[in-house]
Amino acid sequence: MERLSAFEIFSQIMIQFTPVWIALVVILVLSVKFRSHLGLYGKLFDSPVGIVGLVLMLFWLLTAIFADQIATFDAIDQISGMKNKKPGWPVRGLEGQHYLLGGDNLARDVFSRLVQGSRIVMIIAPCATIFAFMVGITLGLPAGYYGGRMDTILSFLANLVLAFPVILLFFLLVTPEIRQEGAQFEFWEGHIWIASVPNIIALVLFAFPIVFFMALWISKYSTRPQTLYVLSGVTLVIGLWAYLGLVFRADPLGIINNILSPNILNIFVSVVFVNSPTVFRIIRGLTIDIQTRDYVAAAQTRGERPWYIMLWEILPNARGPLIVDFCLRIGYTTILLGTLGFFGLGFSPESPDWGTTINDGRKLLSLYPHLALPPALALMSMVLGLNLLADGLREESLKD
Amino acid sequence: MLLTALCLTFIVFFLTNLDPNLEKLTKSEGNIRMTDVQVESWLEKNGYRQSIFKRYGEWLGVAPGWTRTDSETGAITGRCIKGDVTAEDAPTLCGLVQGYWGQSTVFKEAVGGVILKKLGLTGWLMLWVMITMVPTALIIGIVAGMREGSKTDRSLSTFSIISTSTPEYVSGVIFIVIFASRLGGLRWFKGTSQSAMDEITFQNFTLPVAALALYGVGYIARMTRASMAEVMTEQFIRTARLKGLSFGTVVLKHALRNALIAPFTVIILQIPWLLTGVAIIETLFNYKGFGWTLVIAVGNNDIELLMAVSIVAVFVVLVTQLISDIGYVFLNPRISVS
Repeated sequence: MERLSAFEIFSQIMIQFTPVWIALVVILVLSVKFRSHLGLYGKLFDSPVGIVGLVLMLFWLLTAIFADQIATFDAIDQISGMKNKKPGWPVRGLEGQHYLLGGDNLARDVFSRLVQGSRIVMIIAPCATIFAFMVGITLGLPAGYYGGRMDTILSFLANLVLAFPVILLFFLLVTPEIRQEGAQFEFWEGHIWIASVPNIIALVLFAFPIVFFMALWISKYSTRPQTLYVLSGVTLVIGLWAYLGLVFRADPLGIINNILSPNILNIFVSVVFVNSPTVFRIIRGLTIDIQTRDYVAAAQTRGERPWYIMLWEILPNARGPLIVDFCLRIGYTTILLGTLGFFGLGFSPESPDWGTTINDGRKLLSLYPHLALPPALALMSMVLGLNLLADGLREESLKD
Repeated sequence: MLLTALCLTFIVFFLTNLDPNLEKLTKSEGNIRMTDVQVESWLEKNGYRQSIFKRYGEWLGVAPGWTRTDSETGAITGRCIKGDVTAEDAPTLCGLVQGYWGQSTVFKEAVGGVILKKLGLTGWLMLWVMITMVPTALIIGIVAGMREGSKTDRSLSTFSIISTSTPEYVSGVIFIVIFASRLGGLRWFKGTSQSAMDEITFQNFTLPVAALALYGVGYIARMTRASMAEVMTEQFIRTARLKGLSFGTVVLKHALRNALIAPFTVIILQIPWLLTGVAIIETLFNYKGFGWTLVIAVGNNDIELLMAVSIVAVFVVLVTQLISDIGYVFLNPRISVS
């Protein structure tokens, strides 16, 4: 069998990505057609920068969704005779099958690992950012609104975490050893929860989304008990289920625990922990700024309670900068995840995430550049997409 | 600020002194097959089994160092009894305040010396990064912000965005592939900077400096552009233009000074933020400076070296924050210190 030429490799990869292209075209056509009804998202199509960013971001999102269909091999399958083989090399024994981007150091398919790796990034980065925002909003709003001693203490804590060199924090927090240390609690037969540092941080941080949504519903619907009961019931069921799964690894359905292994959870907690103080500072600043507006004074005169004003008057009016920062922050989190992988922190050694793959490939860089280059370019294009998207959103939201 | 520094170092101290970490340290100091009982007695013998606050005080130099009399031989050991210092004339206090930084277990040297040497190496890297990054970023930002919305502005802003989306490990890999491997075919530079520790040459230092600078350029350039664009819309610029001054003169004499206040803060605050990048680049290019030491110290749980590294890192963070505050007041006539 012949090795594929550069053109054949390219067209083969394009064919593999078919589901992504179809979905991408459908989404874009629908979005352009209904753009006038879609608010800020629809306006994004006026800015070329925003379109490029959106397409890049959607591309990786769809790749993560269809990863199983796109990947030609399993991410950890080793096929003998394929070690460090060049892109387009035919697989021995399998007629018509090729390693499209070559084989890595352990004879695994670089292309399949790249595609499967996008899934890890696409799950952790946005979720961690959402959690960081929940924590930042729940603490930042009252800190900015009330000021005083609580603000002083919270700001001190936020600055403390921010003054910590990120890399040092990760090296100390994301280790297998740290997860084993601490008092042990046995809930039921064979299920032990260890009060280790990451677990305690998780215990505190993951409570915030529940607190946030409960505050959101109670402050708005306290006069309409029926709506309130339904909404808070749904929140509590979903929230407690996720909380049990994330913090105690005791998810009754086993869904969360299947997706997130303990070391991924450790990374997740650390990333949320690092991101929340920055979000806190942004929200606090925005709250102090918006607090002086007339509509806030009007709500105060109406006799609305503080949490209603914070969550239903101030927060919606701060959404512009927050959406922009949200996009930027997902990109930043992606870079952080890559850094973790690059230092071999947290992820298991055979994990296909991009940072780990770059780290594996960098040792053989001058001999076999095809190992590290694809994940490096993938990571760059995804972060670029998010940054362009943020830029487009900022431009469009400033036009109002 | 002192409170922040104390809190931060205590957190690092606490995290490095967790039981599994101590066990790892013991096994690397003694031997890998030690039983739990042996580990425990080694830790006991070397003063690791006191309360964490007492030990932090000892390290800081405000609590007296531990001493221990061996029950069989009668020999006295202690924290401050090292080398040729005997038990009689050993000081009671020995810690950071007294200038004693401890002993590195990886390098088998005094921590102070190791840190100084490594900081020197990283200092060169940072110097060259600053020399290339700051002027490039400022020029890009000023030229882009001078005429907002022009074609030059668009292309320079796109470049800035690309540069902020290229973390060091990505640009490092791409640079090595293009400029230092067989595939790129150029082989202009070296893919490793090991030789740069003795002598810095254009060949062995360009790639790490370029990779580090690239990630920072975009951010500073964007800040400069934003502040330049804002200044250009102000009344005094229009006045100067209406007076008949040329565009170049207005930009250089009137706009520039006002536009540089915001980027100054950003540049100064960039320094501690470079630490992560420095750790990545030094690992990638095998340049054994401060960032590399950090990675090694954590990998081997070298407690006292790690503490010294974090002291330096925290110190840099706090000092740069102070400088940026002072510089801001100094550059901006509208803000005064009350």
